Amino acid sequence: MDKAQFSSPWMPYLLLMPQMLIIAIFFLWPAAEAIRSSFFLEDPFFGKATFVGIDNYRDALTGSDYQRTAWFTALFTILVALISLGLGLMFAVSADRVLRGQSTYKTLLMWVYAIAPPVAGLIGVMLFDQHIGPLVDFAALFGWDMRIGVNYWDTGTAMIIVATWKQIPYNFIFFLSGLQSIPSSVKEAASIDCRSEFRRFWTITFPLLAPTSFFLLILNITYAMFETFGTIDLIVKDQPGNSPVTLVYKVYRDGFRGNDLGGSSAQSVILMLIVLALTIVQFRLIERRVHYN
Amino acid sequence: MLKTKVLLAGAATLFAGFAQAQTELTWWHAMGGQLGETVNEIATRFNAAQSDYAITPVYKGGYEDTLTATIAAFRAGEQPNIVQVFDAGAATIIGAEGAVIPAEDLIQEAGISFDANDYISGVRYFYADSAGKMVGMPFNSSTPILYYNIEALEKAGVEPPKTWEEFEAIAPKLKDAGYVPLSQSHSPWIWTENFHSRHNLPFATNNNGFDGSDGTKILVNNDAIKMHFSKVKEWLDAGYYGYYGAGWGDNQAPFENGEAAMWLGSSGSFGGLLNSADFEFTATYLPYWESITSEPTQTFIGGAALFALSGHDAADNKGSAEFFKFLSSPDIQLMWHKQTGYVPITTAAYDAAKAEGYYEETPQAEIGIKQLSLPSGDNSKGYRMGFYVQIRDVMNREYGRIFAGETDVESAFAVIEQEGNKLLERFSKTN
Repeated sequence: MDKAQFSSPWMPYLLLMPQMLIIAIFFLWPAAEAIRSSFFLEDPFFGKATFVGIDNYRDALTGSDYQRTAWFTALFTILVALISLGLGLMFAVSADRVLRGQSTYKTLLMWVYAIAPPVAGLIGVMLFDQHIGPLVDFAALFGWDMRIGVNYWDTGTAMIIVATWKQIPYNFIFFLSGLQSIPSSVKEAASIDCRSEFRRFWTITFPLLAPTSFFLLILNITYAMFETFGTIDLIVKDQPGNSPVTLVYKVYRDGFRGNDLGGSSAQSVILMLIVLALTIVQFRLIERRVHYN
Repeated sequence: MLKTKVLLAGAATLFAGFAQAQTELTWWHAMGGQLGETVNEIATRFNAAQSDYAITPVYKGGYEDTLTATIAAFRAGEQPNIVQVFDAGAATIIGAEGAVIPAEDLIQEAGISFDANDYISGVRYFYADSAGKMVGMPFNSSTPILYYNIEALEKAGVEPPKTWEEFEAIAPKLKDAGYVPLSQSHSPWIWTENFHSRHNLPFATNNNGFDGSDGTKILVNNDAIKMHFSKVKEWLDAGYYGYYGAGWGDNQAPFENGEAAMWLGSSGSFGGLLNSADFEFTATYLPYWESITSEPTQTFIGGAALFALSGHDAADNKGSAEFFKFLSSPDIQLMWHKQTGYVPITTAAYDAAKAEGYYEETPQAEIGIKQLSLPSGDNSKGYRMGFYVQIRDVMNREYGRIFAGETDVESAFAVIEQEGNKLLERFSKTN
């Protein structure tokens, strides 16, 4: 077999340069800056900094609300990722099976994704508004007095539903294309061997979808942990009060609202470590069981 | 054809620039919607009134966003001449020594006469330093007052309460008449900060924080306020008080749609209420506890002030001073007061409003300013505490937990005190 060779040994580095630059500018540099400022307390205007050692970390972790926020973040992330993955897969399988009017269903299901995230968030928030939200009225029909912004778990439920709803179309698109790339010969062979559609799905289709599912799992966890703080801010209407919030929202709130640069940096470094650990676990434990073609 | 027009237009702008040789000033503010329109009108009037300076107002989002944008701009050396900063951010901007030219110095250096006594007393000190020198120029100033639905109180056959004892007496009647007797929009501002001011109780050590951030401790864990919140919890359980979360609007809505008979809100909400409420309402002073004091004192202002940032040349600063003077003039203050419901900041403007009979038609508009002019006490000037946005977050969280029955008053205030002091200690290390 011929080995592909670059004529100059510098060529591959040159070609990698743009990507490396982007990583350096948008990830490595800010990350290093965050680590540095997490050891200081800084006057926001002049950047006069006092070195405080690990105080920022200690203060962040010992705050009376930190544990509750961390638990809610874990629960929120798991539920949002699993429910949106589950529903996305279910819709994709259903749309894939429909023979007539398939494109109409597909378009309708993908529609939400075409709405800009803040607008989608606002729609979701209005549906759950304490005074005029139709979904709050709907819950009242079943005797559930939903009190968004007052009751901790009512508010948490609304956050999970809105965040999930926004993510379903995204998962739907990927699952559908994953399903469509499964060769029909495989599906036909399977249907000769096994009559149960349910079993065929779990033994043939689902394993073949594994690379897509794994990719989506990572993206959904990232989404739930990092990209939902806008939705959360909209639901709590800028005043978290006693409502549940996620760790990223707290980073945003303390850093950008409260101008506590050191404390906010320490919290984001902690978060960075959590994500690093999570990613290692995902690749070590789960990816081993994923078979790429 | 089109090209010629564009060229001509370009040339015209160029010439205009040369001909006027004006000093350009920028003003970052946080006033959206209708308020933003009024801000633009003030700028337009200033630009029309003289030819040396041209001020451009720029809307930068909410209060916190504006402050954050200002900090980023300041560090990049691109700061605006004037910025609007809200009450809870006052310690941040005033604490950063050298970031701001005190309004009083700015005006005097420009050779304009300045007399602090021109300003209404409840307004004067909140954005001042410990010696009483005005650092920020009060702009949109409001204070918490009690609004009530006239028909609701008549139906229940009760008078508006002056004290919380009176409220306790009338609340059952209002409830029987089918109303939620009371809602309230900002527990940290109304029921904590102004609670201390109204009863002349110290809110923080170091002269309520005005003497500097070193060693300042919050004094919120006291018997008076704990008694108040124990009562509020009782009212909530008895249906005398409705709690709708930490958001401002969620608590105002029940009053607007006639569910709640009384609402504690801002004197600046008056203009908006006139549009949104289709019933007769008026307002009265923030109630106090007779069991705590027999001589209630004034409240202080919320809202925001304008700050002149350093790092600009003398001509620019003179322009900012001229603008502050223009802003304090009776005409502009009267227009601002009438269009927005915020209180006028000078006695001259207040007198002008009285002279033209404004308060005879709309007595509600005068409540805020009268309350700000009540007798003052050692602890009624306000407070100065750093990382105060976070301290308010802690208060809102703990109050929410009290109302949800997740914690009791005693432990909630212990947490507020402990976390508040932690934040104050951290803030003092940033300077």
